[in-house]
Amino acid sequence: MTDKPGLLVVEGISKSFVGFKALDGVDFTVRPGEIHALLGENGAGKSTLIKVLTGVHQPDAGVIKIDGQPVVMRDTQHAQYLGIGTVYQEVNLLPNMSVADNLFIGRQPMRFGFVNRKRMEQQARDLLAQYDLHLDVSSDLSRYSVAVQQIVAIARAVDMSGRVLVLDEPTASLDRHETEVLFAILRQLRARGFGIVFITHFLDQVYEICDRVTVLRNGKLAGSALIAELPKIELVTLMLGRTLAVATHKPRHDRPIPAERQFSFKGLGRSRSIAPFDLDIGQGEVIGMAGLLGSGRTETAKILFGIDAADAGHIRIDGNPVLIRTPRDAVACGFGLCPEDRKSDGIIGDLSVRENICLALQAQKGWFNRLSSREQTGLADTFVKALDIRTTDIEKPVKFLSGGNQQKVILARWLATNPRFLILDEPTRGIDVGAHAEIIALINRLCDDGMALLVISSEIEEIVAYSTRVIVLRDRAHRGEISGDDITTSNIMQMIAAESEGAPA
Amino acid sequence: MNARLLPLCATLLICLIAYAACVFQFPAMFSTRVAGNLLTDNAFLGIAAVGMTFVILSGGIDLSVGSVIAFTGVLLAVLITHYGVHPLIAFAIALLITTVFGASMGVIIHYLEVPSFIVTLAGMFLARGMCFVMTTDSIPIDHPFYTALQGLFYRLPGGGRLTFIGCLMVLVFLLGIIVAHFSKFGSYIYAVGGNRTSAELMGVPVARTTIGIYAMSGFLSGLAGIVFSLYTSAGYSLAAVGVELDTIAAVVIGGTLLTGGVGYIAGTFIGVIIQGIIQTYIVFDGTLSSWWTKIVVGVLLFSFIALQRILVFLSLKRATATSGG
Amino acid sequence: MIRLNTAALTKAMPQLLSLMLILFLNYLAFPGFFEIRLQDGRLFGSLIDVFNRGAPVIILAIGMTAVIASRGVDLSVGAVMAVAGALAATMTVAGYPLPVVILAALGAGLACGLWNGILVAYFDLQPIVATLILMVAGRGIAQLITEGSIVTFTEPGLIFFGTGSFAGVPMPILIAASLLAVAIAVVRRTALGLLIESIGINRSASSYAGLNSKLLLLVIYGFCGLCASLAGIIIAADIRGADANNAGLWLELDAILAVVVGGTSLFGGRFSILMSALGAVIIQAMNTGILLSGFPPEYNLILKALVIIVILLAQSFSSLGGWAFLKGEFRSKGTKRQ
Repeated sequence: MTDKPGLLVVEGISKSFVGFKALDGVDFTVRPGEIHALLGENGAGKSTLIKVLTGVHQPDAGVIKIDGQPVVMRDTQHAQYLGIGTVYQEVNLLPNMSVADNLFIGRQPMRFGFVNRKRMEQQARDLLAQYDLHLDVSSDLSRYSVAVQQIVAIARAVDMSGRVLVLDEPTASLDRHETEVLFAILRQLRARGFGIVFITHFLDQVYEICDRVTVLRNGKLAGSALIAELPKIELVTLMLGRTLAVATHKPRHDRPIPAERQFSFKGLGRSRSIAPFDLDIGQGEVIGMAGLLGSGRTETAKILFGIDAADAGHIRIDGNPVLIRTPRDAVACGFGLCPEDRKSDGIIGDLSVRENICLALQAQKGWFNRLSSREQTGLADTFVKALDIRTTDIEKPVKFLSGGNQQKVILARWLATNPRFLILDEPTRGIDVGAHAEIIALINRLCDDGMALLVISSEIEEIVAYSTRVIVLRDRAHRGEISGDDITTSNIMQMIAAESEGAPA
Repeated sequence: MNARLLPLCATLLICLIAYAACVFQFPAMFSTRVAGNLLTDNAFLGIAAVGMTFVILSGGIDLSVGSVIAFTGVLLAVLITHYGVHPLIAFAIALLITTVFGASMGVIIHYLEVPSFIVTLAGMFLARGMCFVMTTDSIPIDHPFYTALQGLFYRLPGGGRLTFIGCLMVLVFLLGIIVAHFSKFGSYIYAVGGNRTSAELMGVPVARTTIGIYAMSGFLSGLAGIVFSLYTSAGYSLAAVGVELDTIAAVVIGGTLLTGGVGYIAGTFIGVIIQGIIQTYIVFDGTLSSWWTKIVVGVLLFSFIALQRILVFLSLKRATATSGG
Repeated sequence: MIRLNTAALTKAMPQLLSLMLILFLNYLAFPGFFEIRLQDGRLFGSLIDVFNRGAPVIILAIGMTAVIASRGVDLSVGAVMAVAGALAATMTVAGYPLPVVILAALGAGLACGLWNGILVAYFDLQPIVATLILMVAGRGIAQLITEGSIVTFTEPGLIFFGTGSFAGVPMPILIAASLLAVAIAVVRRTALGLLIESIGINRSASSYAGLNSKLLLLVIYGFCGLCASLAGIIIAADIRGADANNAGLWLELDAILAVVVGGTSLFGGRFSILMSALGAVIIQAMNTGILLSGFPPEYNLILKALVIIVILLAQSFSSLGGWAFLKGEFRSKGTKRQ
């Protein structure tokens, strides 16, 4: 396999945090002129490996070599100095400063002891011209799109380190076209002999652009291979360690269509967020919502739940018109929402599992109608048992639970209010395989019990497994609906992919 | 035009309108005498406000400013009047102490990761307490060197006096502008105020910058204390109470965002001058009490914070329009 | 929220121990410290004095606790005290009956608090910024009310709030204790404790869960303003006058300090009103101690500064271990065990 000598070689790296081993003897080699995908489920150790590579964490054991020379990264600056540049997931730049400042901060060209702004801006223009980016470098970075910011971040990292480029989920918030632009840049850098580490969740992108892939699982190396020699199904097997749990589920689209659809949303929309859409959903139905990130999925959920105000449209429940302007209104109508961003919009980290479970019901009951301690404990115990929430104690702060269990706590929070319509935004993102299967089973069970569910997910197989109907979103609009036996992975994919032809080039 | 310049322009406009309105009512206010006095009377406030601007640009706040000014004044009075130290040496000692004092607050803020307002609050108590420990009396300073410095001025046409301390303030502002926009340290300050984590990942020496910012604020507060002592020829431990609020107000009225990362030193200068104009107006009017200053400053504070809020809201709206998940 | 069990007691140990230590030091400095005597139907003594003088800060700390628990801070309470005091004094001098005077002063405080609350909750201003406005303008308003002079009054009804006593207990203590009892009862009997902690820890998630976080914030700041005006009335009644410049000067800082000493984090979340009151008593015990031991009262400031620094050091050391653990774990998105 050693066709070329490694540019960056990691041998036997281990890293432990109190009570748990994040990396266990991992080997990893990046060769010059290759794009190397680093894959793994959440918690597999990707982030820890990246942090070791970029000097944020010091490894407990193992060596890192650059060009065959063992090195010790003291901190991020030192890693940069040694030739490893990183672009982090949430673009880590300074939106309040100019593009030129962002490119050159800390190494501005000086004249007579002062920053030479003119020269700095000229250099910034030259640098960005390499990426076919021509913009006013003296403007604040915040004026430009995320895609431009990403390119600026890459330009900076490349200019400063010039050997290895680590990209942590760079395409997460880019649309199709922007991703293409980014890939063109990556190909160009590969041709210049860079070693690029590419972390992503999108397997298609791995096959589109990467040369080699390394998979981590539970802190250990699960395998490393040339992409050309690795069929997709084997890659998935490497990542999951077993065949996909959902694949064994019997699809549910043969479920009877409900006689009436109690929840009717007509012409809801919000300018620059989501085009007006109609949506009807009945109890005992699961609507799957598929679409790429940024296609308007979360925006739909936010409008339905009253987080964002709709510009127009009206809502009827059981035939009666209702107004939903805040989440409180939505809750009063019997809605519940498990948000996409669990950490910032879902859990109340420092509060206990019990308090988190009781929160929505308590908010509904009002300030002065307190659930007694006994009621709270009873409620929490019931749901901890029913949803198999794994915690040592219901008084444990919820932030100490794993992602899957946090998700179950938020689910329990809503189930405690006995909702009629539950919206789940990416309920299985970032949780391990076991909890994943349990949440899918729960969705099916709730549906059987007569709840109306709207589930947003990036995982098409998963949507196929539980949906009675599927709505496909594209370019901030609802584009189509599939039901019955037409719900197949390929049909959904085709509807999503229709975009690539219709999208502006 | 850059939307970030809008608060600055608004400040400038308000300053000009206010001054024009004052001149319209009291034509005597249109004179070099008044202009010179504006600089002299607000010299200590302006110098302290430069330090405060840097602190606020970095996303922090320094509540110790007023106490440090009083501390410096008392220290100088004690050293010069009681111990016969030459003022220049006393100045050096005072600046050294206040700089170290500011730097120590910076160290605590950075390494203990605590909000700056609580640390500088402790600093405020400490500095004020040290004043009282030295003396509770008002000590006059009568030294030939002081008299010489106080007598230093450039006579403007029209009878106005450009005094030493007034010029010193303008000089400090000019240096502040150069540091903010043409030095690495300045860019680090904006970086830390913009996003500390990003700044750290981009290689900005956050620890050094934070400590440097508070050290500079301490130094400038010390300098403001020296100017205040030249201005009043005395040291009194109850002096300069609430000056930290005046400086914060000047910075905010000058268009600097209290959340950090956005603002201009030049704006602070205008903010100081606006406060000076209000006070001058009250003096000219003769019937209004000085507490109107506080109310007007409060109203201005609110207006500017509201203006910034609207601008942030608009830019957020634009941001969600272009991106979004 | 408080639960009087051993766990809560253990948690309060550092505060209780320091209070005991300070009281003991006070006793060493002044052997008559613990003597309490009944004179003219009112209790006297240094210990009573600690509570009596500490009452305004206790009252402020009660309101401030709710604000800080919601991840805010109210810098304007000192200025609001001055406004309430000025209004009470001026209206008394103008001859209004006592109930009207009290209601007007409390109403002014409530209005100030609601103003802060509107800025924080509905305009989304940072609490420091929002309350700074009133901190600056409040004293101006107070002076506007008193027309720049110190207004003194002799109305016995109003003075009673500062120096009167009921069943031997001085009024300020009685008022502070009643407010404390009411506040604790409200927190325990209603869901407010949980909801305040919830918005303090994660406001966005709380809104998603259907909490009316804006209204709750408004109520919290309104309550804090109300507490401030109550403290302002007591102080004005105590000195029989309103001094717009100096009434409540720096007391916002004492109140914040009391809450921090009581163990509520400045980053919001878990809070205990009783512990904040204990914090206020600790601060006042120090003040009294300094006075009794013959040091000039100005030493208080240095002592307070040292207390802040010690607490910050202690908190960061106790949390550093935990922090290092958490950071390592969460940054690596650890799913350590199921």
